[in-house]
Amino acid sequence: MNHSRLTAQRLAALFLLGCALFNYPLLALFNRAAEIFGIPLLYAFLFGSWLVLILLMALAIERRED
Amino acid sequence: MARKILIVDDEPNIVISLEFLMKKEGFVVAVAGDGDAALEQAAAFRPDLVLLDVMMPKKSGYEVCEQLRGDPSQGDLKIVMLTAKGRESEVAKGIAIGADAYVTKPFSTKELVARVRTLLGMA
Amino acid sequence: MLQQGWVIVLVSFAYLGVLFAIAYQADRRADSGRSLIAHPTVYALSLAVYCTTWTFYGSVGRAAATGIGFLPIYLGPTLMLALGWFVLHKIVRVAKANRITSIADFVASRYGKSQLLGGLVTVIAVVGVVPYIALQLKAVSSSFAILTGYPEIVMPARAGAAPLLQDSALYVAIILAAFTILFGTRHLDATERHEGMVAAIAFESVVKLVAFFAVGLYVTYGIYDGFGDIFDRAQEVPKLAKLMVTADTAASYGSWAALTFLSMLSVLLLPRQFQIAVVENVNEAHVRRAVWLFPLYLFLINIFVLPIAIGGLLHFQGGGVDADTFVLTLPMAHQQEALTLLVFIGGLSAATGMVIVETIALSTMVCNDLVMPVLLRWRALRLHERQDLSGLLLEIRRWAIAVILMLGYLYFRLAGEAYALVSIGLISFAAVAQFAPAVIGGLYWKGGTREGALAGLLGGFLVWCYTLLLPSFAKSGWLPEQFMTQGLFGVELLRPQQLFGLTGLDEISHCLFWSLFVNLAAYLGVSLLRAPDAREARQASLFVDAPRQRGELAGWRGGVRVADLLPMAGRFLGPERAREAFERHARSRGFAGLDALPADAELVHFAESLLAGAIGSASARVMVASVVQEEPLGLDEVMNILDEASQIRAYSREVEQKSRELERATAELREANERLRELDRMKDDFISTVTHELRTPLTSIRAFSEMLHEDPKIELAERSRFLGIIVGETERLSRLINQILDLAKLESGRAEWTSTEVDLAEVVRESAASMTQVFRDKGVTLDLDLPPGAVVVLADRDRLVQVVINLLSNAVKFAPAGRGRVAAAVAVDRGLAQVTVADNGPGIHASEHERIFEKFRQGGQDVLTDKPQGTGLGLPISRQIVEYFGGRLWVESEAGKGARFKFTLPLQDTR
Repeated sequence: MNHSRLTAQRLAALFLLGCALFNYPLLALFNRAAEIFGIPLLYAFLFGSWLVLILLMALAIERRED
Repeated sequence: MARKILIVDDEPNIVISLEFLMKKEGFVVAVAGDGDAALEQAAAFRPDLVLLDVMMPKKSGYEVCEQLRGDPSQGDLKIVMLTAKGRESEVAKGIAIGADAYVTKPFSTKELVARVRTLLGMA
Repeated sequence: MLQQGWVIVLVSFAYLGVLFAIAYQADRRADSGRSLIAHPTVYALSLAVYCTTWTFYGSVGRAAATGIGFLPIYLGPTLMLALGWFVLHKIVRVAKANRITSIADFVASRYGKSQLLGGLVTVIAVVGVVPYIALQLKAVSSSFAILTGYPEIVMPARAGAAPLLQDSALYVAIILAAFTILFGTRHLDATERHEGMVAAIAFESVVKLVAFFAVGLYVTYGIYDGFGDIFDRAQEVPKLAKLMVTADTAASYGSWAALTFLSMLSVLLLPRQFQIAVVENVNEAHVRRAVWLFPLYLFLINIFVLPIAIGGLLHFQGGGVDADTFVLTLPMAHQQEALTLLVFIGGLSAATGMVIVETIALSTMVCNDLVMPVLLRWRALRLHERQDLSGLLLEIRRWAIAVILMLGYLYFRLAGEAYALVSIGLISFAAVAQFAPAVIGGLYWKGGTREGALAGLLGGFLVWCYTLLLPSFAKSGWLPEQFMTQGLFGVELLRPQQLFGLTGLDEISHCLFWSLFVNLAAYLGVSLLRAPDAREARQASLFVDAPRQRGELAGWRGGVRVADLLPMAGRFLGPERAREAFERHARSRGFAGLDALPADAELVHFAESLLAGAIGSASARVMVASVVQEEPLGLDEVMNILDEASQIRAYSREVEQKSRELERATAELREANERLRELDRMKDDFISTVTHELRTPLTSIRAFSEMLHEDPKIELAERSRFLGIIVGETERLSRLINQILDLAKLESGRAEWTSTEVDLAEVVRESAASMTQVFRDKGVTLDLDLPPGAVVVLADRDRLVQVVINLLSNAVKFAPAGRGRVAAAVAVDRGLAQVTVADNGPGIHASEHERIFEKFRQGGQDVLTDKPQGTGLGLPISRQIVEYFGGRLWVESEAGKGARFKFTLPLQDTR
């Protein structure tokens, strides 16, 4: 029970994190004609943070506390 | 003049014992086996005192007692109720309908005689 | 090879065949209980039905136009899945508990099972989703057209330019319709689940991902030299460099946020998403994996979108090639025949997946929430008398599928060319977003009412039509241009895409703002006009409190029989399926079978949800109500049933019923109490009587003993007479005590019995002999009538003697002295030995026949005139004895005509 509530809270937090990451003004910070490792900054930021978010979601929901 | 006592009970052996007891004390005794006979004897024999059993066929001792008390000609009659049912409520009932005394079976013969004498003003 | 149209057609059909085989196999597995899709990964993959040709072809087109602008459509679902643990999980649970079959059903059910609401949602869904289906037709037909030009890259003609019968989109629509009908309406399932379809969809998700990945890898690493190379080249072209950033304006970020929000809602509310995510869900726990696996899928299928877009733009510089086709045309341009074909299959797979699930979901809604309610109200059809409606239901759905696809085709002909793929899809997204207030609000807020939901949906839908749907016709030239530029009736404020002068938003954001504003305002405003009524409140608590109360029953009342419910369910599901379902239900509740099943509220609820699967919850409610209330179904009755008044009536009936039950219970209680008091009185009487009976002999004994003791001068004769009395009374006392103890033993069951073969005639003879003196003393004659042989019973000899002596002594007691006659007889009759003891005494009044067998009744006032010498325990004891040996003891008598006591015992078979 307790664990399930913790999971829910973690996911809710990730939702809020995603909302922040994928919107103005954070988006504006990376909306520049620049590249990182040869990849456009905005593109890299969005895909990078998206992947991290997904991994965190997986971690939050699949992790079993032993 | 000898005092007269009427003995009313449906148990023959109890009648025999009471009759013997009262005669020995010098009373004139008559007996009746049930309520109706008791009323007849009371009218004919004109006793001074009735030893009256409560539990009798045809007419219970209470009914007999009530009827006797309702008869003005029997104004001086003393009534002693005898019962094998010794409950408080029955004692109270007997006194309420006009019995002078209430004796629980089995009784002590000495006490019964003393009671009868007292009631008749002989003590 | 590819330029031969028939090759492409052949491959396409082969692919559809494979899909069908997978579905068929999965259905068979499902029927045998080994579900193929009961796996969280399959669930997550099937959710990817979200990715249609819009994703497959359109994302690249969008990316070519706006750079990163294609992404919000996938970021939104990711965010929604993060909330999936709350929202999706809850919807799944609510839907399962209430057997929800579609999103229309969900909304209708939530607001008091309103048919009107279900119908409205269905209309919005169909109208809203038709453009989306058109999108699929457009994508498949144009990819087909392009492919036939291989290796030349020729853009297909304008939609609607080709004559009808040469329009490949028409054939695509027909084939897809046929395929969907084959797929989704082979049989009817109460849960509205299609395991085969889900398996096929999961497979398609893999196919389209693989195909898209293959193109992506080929473009990125085959044509170019990896991501870096592509982006470097793009930087060199100023037009392309702009794609790496988005416009840094408020409007740009605003529409980004709007699209994210829109797709967040759509991933849940699109009919096909609801179908897959909620209706087809086999296990709540599967949501867990989907929370991350589905977003991961979206992530993977989007990685190569921008590289392909840039690759296409670089390769086809100067235009002429629609960016929506880059996925297909890039491999074609490099003569990658196999890859091209794979891409085509991938696109086909994306389209078929969407069309199949969407049209099945829509056809279910059309059938359950639109057509059936109307047909059922249509008295002339006499549907309520039809025995098996399952065929009709399937028929309706098949037609619905065909009509929906034809509508899609029509929209494609009318408006298909004016928009890019993504824009068409967004129109649909905006339409289904209208469900959000009613669905999400209904899930967390109990205050929503039917009128509120109706008003919100209707308002939002109308605004959507005005600001998005009609303009799409106008842009295609089917409505006058002035409508767009000058507004309705030339009123500037009513310009559909600058409504009330609102400018600066793209058309989607504009529509989304106005429609959801009107929708939400109406939903909240109208809902707050009144408090939810009883039914709404009940449904609200079923939905809002879902995790807390599982399996809670909606209250049903009224008389109903299993025999009524079963045939009715059979009419919609087919008799076989209905019977199986009922039997399963009976077993799940621990009953042996249908016959043992009580027709209670739970069964009614079960039948209702079972039917809800076939015809929707609102119609199911009406159907069940028609049986439960035992009324013939007609419009008036239906309206009545739906009317709040009937609920109140039913409720007051229930109250009446309850109060009657209460009265009955009270009466029973009073009676039991009376009986207890009687028993208590009897016990008191018993003790009092025992006391009296014991004191009477004691009185004589004491009196005589005292007199003898105190007066030694009593004569000898007197003395011995008195002693004789004492002895007699002592004996009487002993006898009494023995009998009381005897009775106590009998009653408590602690008596010791011996059971031997006893000759009853012998017992009577012996008892009579022992009584001879008593009879002689009273001058009563005793006649015996005994059979010549032995009458053998199994009993305790001494006890039987006790019984017979008791009866004989009673008889002699009551027989008149001197002229009394007593007759004792033994007879055999039908396997029973019977003993009769008759006297010519005063007899016993009928009302006393049973009372004399009660203890000490002999001492009772009216029973006997002469006080008998008995203890009053003889008959009760005798009866106990006879009954112990399996017999019966009773009396036959009339006042004044003597009494005959009889008892029987089972005859012992001596042979």
